[in-house]
Amino acid sequence: MITVILKKQLMGAGGTFCLETSVDLEEGGITAIAGPSGSGKTTLLRMIAGLSMPDEGRLQVNGDTWFWREPGEEPRLNRTPQQRRVGFVFQGYALFPHMTVLQNLLYASKDRKMADRLMEMTGLLQLRDVLPDNLSGGQKQRVALARSLMQQPKLLLLDEPLSALDEAMKSMLQDELLAIQRELGVTILIVTHDSSEMYKLCDRVVLLESGRVVADKSPRELFVERKTTQKFAFKGEILELRSIDAIHIAVIAIGNNLVEVVIDTAEKESLAPGDKVVIGTKAFNPTVRKFESNEFDFSKL
Amino acid sequence: MGSFDVEPFLLSFRLAAVTTLLLFVLSVPLAWMLANWRSPFKPVVETLFSLPIVLPPTVLGFYLLIFMSERSPVGGFLKEGFGIELVFSFQGILVASCVYSLPFMVQPLLSGMEQFPGQLLEAAYALGKSKRDTLFNVVLPNIKPSMLTGLIITFAHTVGEFGVVLMVGGSIQGETRVASIAIYEMVELLDYSTAHLYSFILVAFSFLVLLVVYGVNHRARGGRYS
Repeated sequence: MITVILKKQLMGAGGTFCLETSVDLEEGGITAIAGPSGSGKTTLLRMIAGLSMPDEGRLQVNGDTWFWREPGEEPRLNRTPQQRRVGFVFQGYALFPHMTVLQNLLYASKDRKMADRLMEMTGLLQLRDVLPDNLSGGQKQRVALARSLMQQPKLLLLDEPLSALDEAMKSMLQDELLAIQRELGVTILIVTHDSSEMYKLCDRVVLLESGRVVADKSPRELFVERKTTQKFAFKGEILELRSIDAIHIAVIAIGNNLVEVVIDTAEKESLAPGDKVVIGTKAFNPTVRKFESNEFDFSKL
Repeated sequence: MGSFDVEPFLLSFRLAAVTTLLLFVLSVPLAWMLANWRSPFKPVVETLFSLPIVLPPTVLGFYLLIFMSERSPVGGFLKEGFGIELVFSFQGILVASCVYSLPFMVQPLLSGMEQFPGQLLEAAYALGKSKRDTLFNVVLPNIKPSMLTGLIITFAHTVGEFGVVLMVGGSIQGETRVASIAIYEMVELLDYSTAHLYSFILVAFSFLVLLVVYGVNHRARGGRYS
């Protein structure tokens, strides 16, 4: 069991805000940390790894206290990153440029057998003597992942590891990650924006917004079993409302796509150009309703 | 044609080689400490270490001369305790050269270390590596151009120094009369042809040294972690 009760003041685009988490993680699971950019996801990982100092709180990993600081005091306990030895895969991979793939792995731990095993699992055996500069993004990502697993960490932190890759590569690495997790039984915390990735990999999603946990549930509960009866829903903005005879038409921008939706008189009355709306479907016709500001905006993920 | 004496050059190069070696060993940990140090006093310390760049060599030489003389506590202690006399000796100009050339070694190393991507350091720390281990296995192998710049500039700067050596060492043949001072003596003796020869050798040497530095940096650029 990993207990993360941490607090830290952060500078955001809209001034300072407080990152505040109180989360228990089961051992051996994969948990996603999601949320709009600037919500404190990376900082949360860095605090767990010991790379950023929280203002207060407590971090416990399998009964071991890694960090303990009361409000306004110096930390009573603060294990160094070296003592924590979590596996950390950075967003930019952080491979050592002067070491080959194999040397990168062996620098983490001089365990040649483990290196061979991990290189085999991640399909890197052929690339063992190549320098990072000569690797593709997907290959670098796999080296970073393999290196982070060399010391067989109990906890693996992944900071948007797959965001820079194309869909085919992403899907392949997701399968690899699942296989590795099952084989090594490591607890994984992954920062991701990708809802299909959360659905495929994670048994839990912690949703952060401006430093606060706004949802903490399974991906299924979060994305599928929402309280609406809609089968699908998109967020958009009304560009224009038109009436032709008795028919009302709304032109709505959903991302970069423009759609025309037939709406009824009641809907027309309640809407105006510029409104943020949710377009969903119940039976046959799309429905358009105003976006409530207390709803979580999934398009921001 | 004047008489060519190789001794001043040998002395210059010996002084430069030993200075460079000593300063390298000293500056690597010093620069690493400075790079990792977060304190409001950091600018003060950096300024102190950089002073020799802007001070007139005679000023630095004057203070070193006072400092090393047997009437000063340090000079007296060295003479009483160890029989070492720094003034007008090779050891003296060696100490003076180290002080004088310190920033030329520390600055390139420090800027190399400060520009080194922090994420690579954090990656090493997360792998359980100590700061020292990270310095030798991760940082230094990736800042070779900075190290080479520091080594070469320090060497060349020491060969080219004049004022400090003259103040502290005078011009004792085979002991402190380095090439730059030999040229000064030739001019005083109106032996222009020898002065020409010596000067030309130093110009050619300086040109070659800088050519190597720029050549290496040019090759290293656009590489590693851009």
